[in-house]
Formats: sequence, structure tokens, C-alpha cells
Amino acid sequence: MNSSFMKWRIKRRFLLTGSESSIASLGMTVLGVAALTLCAIGTCLLPSANAQVTPQRLLDSAKEPQNWLMYSGDYGGHRFSALDQINTSNAGALVPKWAYQTMAGGKFETTPLVVDGILYGTGQDNRAFALDARSGRPIWQYQRALPADIRPCCGRVNRGLAILGDKVFLGTLDSHVIALDTKTGNVAWDVTAVDYRGGYSITLAPLAIKNLVIIGVSGGEYGIRGFIDAYDTATGERKWRFYTTPGPGEPGHESWEGDSWKIGGAPAWITGTYDPATNTTFWTTGNPSPSNRGEGRAGDNLYSNSLLALDPDTGKLKWYFQFTKHDEHDYDATQVPVMVDQGEKHVILQANRNGFFYVIDRANGKLISANPYAKVTWSDSKDATGAPIARKDASPTPEGNRVCPGAAGATNWMSPTYDPQTQLFYVTAREQCDVFSTAPQPYEAGHAYYGSAYFPNDDAAPFTGALRALDPTSGKMKWEWRHPSPTWSGVLSTAGGLIFTGDAEGNFIALNAATGKALWHFQCGASVYSSPMSFAIDGKQYVAVAAGSALFTFALP
Amino acid sequence: MNTSLSNAETRSSRRGKKVSFLILVCGALLGFLAVTKGLHAQGKNPFGGDPKAAKLGESQFRANCAFCHGLGARGGGRGPDLTRAQKRHGNSDADLFRTINEGVPGTAMPPNGATQQGVGMTEEEIWQVISYIRSVEKKADAGSVGNAAHGKELFFGTAACSTCHMIHGKGGRLGPDLSTTGSARSTEYIVESVRNPSRRLAQGISEAMKEFSQEYETVKVEAADGTKYVGVVLNEDHFTLQMMDTRENLHLFEKDKLRSFEKMRESLMPAYDQKTLSEKDLQDIVAYLLAVGAQ
Repeated sequence: MNSSFMKWRIKRRFLLTGSESSIASLGMTVLGVAALTLCAIGTCLLPSANAQVTPQRLLDSAKEPQNWLMYSGDYGGHRFSALDQINTSNAGALVPKWAYQTMAGGKFETTPLVVDGILYGTGQDNRAFALDARSGRPIWQYQRALPADIRPCCGRVNRGLAILGDKVFLGTLDSHVIALDTKTGNVAWDVTAVDYRGGYSITLAPLAIKNLVIIGVSGGEYGIRGFIDAYDTATGERKWRFYTTPGPGEPGHESWEGDSWKIGGAPAWITGTYDPATNTTFWTTGNPSPSNRGEGRAGDNLYSNSLLALDPDTGKLKWYFQFTKHDEHDYDATQVPVMVDQGEKHVILQANRNGFFYVIDRANGKLISANPYAKVTWSDSKDATGAPIARKDASPTPEGNRVCPGAAGATNWMSPTYDPQTQLFYVTAREQCDVFSTAPQPYEAGHAYYGSAYFPNDDAAPFTGALRALDPTSGKMKWEWRHPSPTWSGVLSTAGGLIFTGDAEGNFIALNAATGKALWHFQCGASVYSSPMSFAIDGKQYVAVAAGSALFTFALP
Repeated sequence: MNTSLSNAETRSSRRGKKVSFLILVCGALLGFLAVTKGLHAQGKNPFGGDPKAAKLGESQFRANCAFCHGLGARGGGRGPDLTRAQKRHGNSDADLFRTINEGVPGTAMPPNGATQQGVGMTEEEIWQVISYIRSVEKKADAGSVGNAAHGKELFFGTAACSTCHMIHGKGGRLGPDLSTTGSARSTEYIVESVRNPSRRLAQGISEAMKEFSQEYETVKVEAADGTKYVGVVLNEDHFTLQMMDTRENLHLFEKDKLRSFEKMRESLMPAYDQKTLSEKDLQDIVAYLLAVGAQ
């Protein structure tokens, strides 16, 4: 590993030197002076020898564990780092190395990328930034000028970038897809995916495959018509769109009552995964709209709450699996679909928001198993294929009907991790039940469209959460780490035998992946609403997590 | 969905641009102002007493407000009873609009769109919610039948409420300060809190990004030196405990250094049954709390 470190260190030294001095002069700072200095440095710079991120590098991400090249770390969605410098014997000695402050309020959900010593992240209100990954000092900062009338459902959040060539890609709260130059943060292209005024926004980290950048939209709370798009990374030209509610004449259209498909929701707001062996990209979708009222949309409501296998070249659907049919409890299936090979069997693992841990055959979408990993009351039976079926009496009522899991789910968008060493799947579980109560409302473009309200009800005991280690072959829980209250932190596993996660109380925690024993923690000062990652620079391993308005990094002293 | 919207793929002008730190800060400030001040509180609700607006407002209320204020706006764990005629942060339409849109600093009431629950509401939808609140609020706060002066005597005297509760700077610290309770809580809630305090524990500290507030849970610990303490949890995480014991001493513990740690979702406050506190005396205490709240 050390020799490859040397190579990339040499490659990037030139750029870093230039950038650091430009930042220093910006710090001094009159705008004109800064501009002049940048020009001066620009003319001084020779054409850079920095290696760009090629499609091949993305395919071979396992060969460069010092980098974190995509949202989940690899195409399989494992969120596993092969770095092992920080391990079970020394994790207790971790110390903070630097923090980067966005100074923005709200949830800070980014998973940064790291490529050859530079960290690329996003912040609230569509901030983006590139930092010297060794020091945390900014190289460039970007913030989109957002229209005043955007109303994204669940915070002015963003979960990260994709990178390819000399560009990073950002989906925005006003539903644009933007390419930024990796070295300057300048806008290379900017396209409108859809008019945000219909209730659309983009919050996910895009996924780059070959020469395409793939995004999906948020907006399941507004009666949108969901879709997944692919854009040419060089030009921003849209190459295909897959609508997640089928139109007339398309298979699945009959699963919607009347014209309800037009406002049927099924957003795709979490990053997909990609299997190069079969050239298939896996995406997941959210709730049908209105999210908590089935009246007016009789049928299964395809492809809401589904796993979709798409051809990345064309956007054609190969197969689908629907986790929750005709959903009335906001059980979005927007959890990263994790690809795992179990001997001959190639599967997708998903701990779904509806409380079941699904194992699905990656070749054809057939269900292999579905076992509860949290408290479930919405379903008490299974169909012939083993898929959970909703209870008839689980629907929202005017007086309120208590159902588990609640609308926030047994888990949510926070990433799980699959650790190839322990062969366990680790997921943040939330034990929270809600009272679902009808609140019918007419559809109006761009306005909230829930159809029911929900709020936590914990007559018996306070809500809790837990990090659970699940065995994908048996569906059984191996161990759990109890959280005092439900959390929104994702999970990272590393080759050092460690699991990293956060909690609602603001702790960032390292645990032994085999036993669930906590080895270290750090108080970030605000609840963790992000999924951690790991990278290395100069042979030193770091772990990074966003919390509050700060991105923190940790390493051994 | 209008399909022309979804097909409207156009190259927009390059609105985003790289900015210096100064511009970034200014931009952020302006953005913040645009968000919080974008909706102007006109003086009067344009929907007035329109029952249709109230009905739509009920849906909005359920989606955005019921989490804290309860389904029927009668108050919940941390949200006041909004059926009360007197609102603590202003009664006029403009006051309600401001409270909803901008939140109440120093309380758990967040600005519109920052609740982590539901979506931000448009100006129109806020007015609908106000129509709904008007439709469920009582014309006037029912004056309690009790005797407030006698209630005060009881509070600071034989009922011993002031051992643990403070009103306007006088009393104990172990339980919640009750100076504003009379303006925020329904009579039923207050009565339940006295008769059966463990039924719904009062809520303590709310942290900005944390979904659930700390409750007034009871905790018993044995410290490393063998000293035993009983008290209320002020805050807690997986590793640490911040508590106040029954003698009002603060204790800050690392849990793994404790000999024992036991937490109960049961109030330290005794349940006042009919024998301990008659119905009439309870009504007098309620009357006192309401009178204090109205001040």
C-alpha cells in the first residue's frame, strides 16, 4: 500500500501547493486582490498531471482504499473501508484531527468523497466544497443561489457528490443537476431535471457509471411523478429517464386507480448501486402519494417502495421487487441496496424501512427471505413467496391507529454497511411507533400531499434505537448496541475490525465489529445525521463524519 | 402532474458561481433572511372564519404541528394546548402567523419548515392552520372554579408543591418551573400531572437536532465511592449522565465508573390522590396556576 501512496502523493503535490497559496491569499483578502492572485497562480501553473477519476477507477475502487470514490464507497454499496491502520487494538486512541464548519443550520447529511488527497463534500442549502484532506483547509467553496420558494420536505439537505473526470456532480434542492470543476468549483454545466415548483427536489448523491451520472428525485410528500435520470457527464445532456410510475400502455400501469399514477410519488432519493458483471444498476423508490392514504389509488402502486434493476445504458427495467404494496405508512424503500455474493448466490440485502430484512436474488428479483429486524405490527402474515402482507386493520383512521414501525421507519436513508470480514450486515434500527391519523387533503401542485398525519406514540416505554448486526444467511441478529433514543446515523465498517456510527445524543462511536463492544467515542455536539466514511493520506488513516454544521475527521495521534 | 413540467429540461443560466468566503457569508445571511422573512405576516387572516380553510388547516396541522401539540391541538409532551383562548406568544392573527413562521426563540417551537416533521408551509397554508386553531379554541379561558389565593397557600404550604417546583423564582428546582404552565397546559393536563404524574412525564431539555426531549425520569445511582443518589435525569447519553439529586445537587457521571445505575420512567413526584389532596384543593391549585399563567 505504501508504494501506491507514494505515487499518488507525488501526483497531487503540485495542485495542493498551488491551492494552498491561493487560499492563503484569499484569507488576506480583498476580492480584487484574491482574483489577481488566482490569475497570477493560474498563469504560473503548467498543465496539471493530476490523475482524473476514470470509469475504470470507479470499477476498481477496491484497488485504492485510500480514496472514497462514491457515496457508498464502492459500487456494491458496502460502505466498507479496506484500511486497517485504525483497528480494534488502537481505536481507543483516536483523536480529532480537523473540523470544517459550513456554518449552516439544519441536518448535515453529507458523505464526502476523497480523491488523491482532496476531500469533496456538500453542505446544507446546496453548499459544496473541496478541502485539503490533510488539513481541512478549503480549496474552493460553492453555494447555489436557490429560489426563495423551494420547500423541500425534510430539510434543506444534501447527501453528497459523485465524481468522474474533472467534475463533481451535485443534485440541487431546486431540481437541477450541476457539474462543478474539481479544481475550481466553477460550474461546468447546469441542467434542469424538472420544475421544482411541482414539489420536486434532489437531495441524494448522484452515481457515476461509465460516462453517465444517474440521479433520482425527492418529493414523495408532494404528489410528484417520480423518476430516475441519466446525464452525459461531459455535456449534461439527458440520456434517459425512467418514470417510477408507469404511464398508459406500460406494464404496471394497471396498478394505479384512474389517473393517480400522474401524482403517484415513488421518488428515488437514495443513491443506487451497480453490478458491472451484469451491467445492472439497482435503485430503490419511496412511498406512493399521498403517502399515508390509500383511497383514490387502489392497487399495488408500482413501482413505489420497490427495488428496480435498470440497464444503465438505456434506463430499461430488467426486473423489480416491491417491498410494501399499496403503502399507507410512508415505508419508502430508499435504503441503499447492498450487493453481496454468498458463494454461487448473488443477492441484494436490504433492511427495509418497513421493519423487514430482505434478501433478494440479484439475477431476477426473486425474494429469498424476509425477516423482521425491529418491532413490526403492520404485517402479521406472508404470501406464498414469503413476502410480508399488510394487515387489513393497519390503515390510518380518523382517531388514529398505532402502527410499528412509525413513519420514520425501522430504519431510513442512513446507510447500512456490509463487512466482508465478519460477513455481517449492520443497520441502524429505530424502535419507534406512530399513531397514523387521517388528514385528507386535495392535490395541489407543489403543496404537501400526505393524506394523513402521524406522530410518535410511546405510551409504554421511551423510543429507543440500536445498531444491529444481522447475519444475512439466517436473518438473525448477532448483536446490538442500544442507543438511548432513535438515531439517524449511518454505519461504516473497516478492515480494522471496526464499526463506526453516531447517535442522536451527538456521539460518534467506534465498536468492535465482531462483538459490538464500544471502543471509543467522541461528542460532536449535535445529533449525527450522516453516514461516515474513511480515507488515508500520507499513509495515515482518517475517519470522517458530519454532525451539526461541522465535518469532523479523526485519526491516531 | 403537469407533464410539460417534467419535460421542461432547459439549460438554466449559470446561477451558481464560485464565491469568496465573504460573499458566501453574506449570501448565507441573505438566504436565511429570504427564508425566514419570505412570508409576510399581514395583519389579518385572509380566510377569516372560513370553515373550508379550517378543514384544510386541520390537515396541515396534523402533518406539521400535531407531533408536539397533539391531534386536536390540545397540547402534547412539549407543545402547549392551543385551544386556550390566551396564547402565550400573542393572540392576534399576526402574532400566530409570526409564531408559526419564525418559531419562538429559546423554546422547542421551531420556525416553519424546520420542524424535521412535515414540509414547510406556504403563507396560505399557515393562514389555514390559524383558521383551524381559531375553530377549536375556546372563546375565553374558562375561569377555574377554584380559589387561586387558597391555591397559592397550598402550593407554598401544606401541599408542598414548592418543595420541587418554582414559580417566579420561588420554590424548588427538582421539578419543572411552573410559572408558565397555566398559560400553556389544559386543565385536564394539569390535573393528570398532579393525580398521576408518572402517566406522562414532563419534558426537560430539548436539543436542537434531537427528535425527542429528555423526560423527567427518576434515576438511582451508586457512585464509585459507594455514595447513593436519587434524583431526576437532566440529560443522558450512552456514556454519561447529568442528574440532580433530591437535595438539588448536580452530579455529572460517566456511567462506566458507576457501581450501579437504575433509571425509571416513573416520576419522583408523589401521586396526589383524593386523600392527600381533595378535589376542591386541587381546583384551587389549578386556579392559582392559571392565574399565574395569565400574568
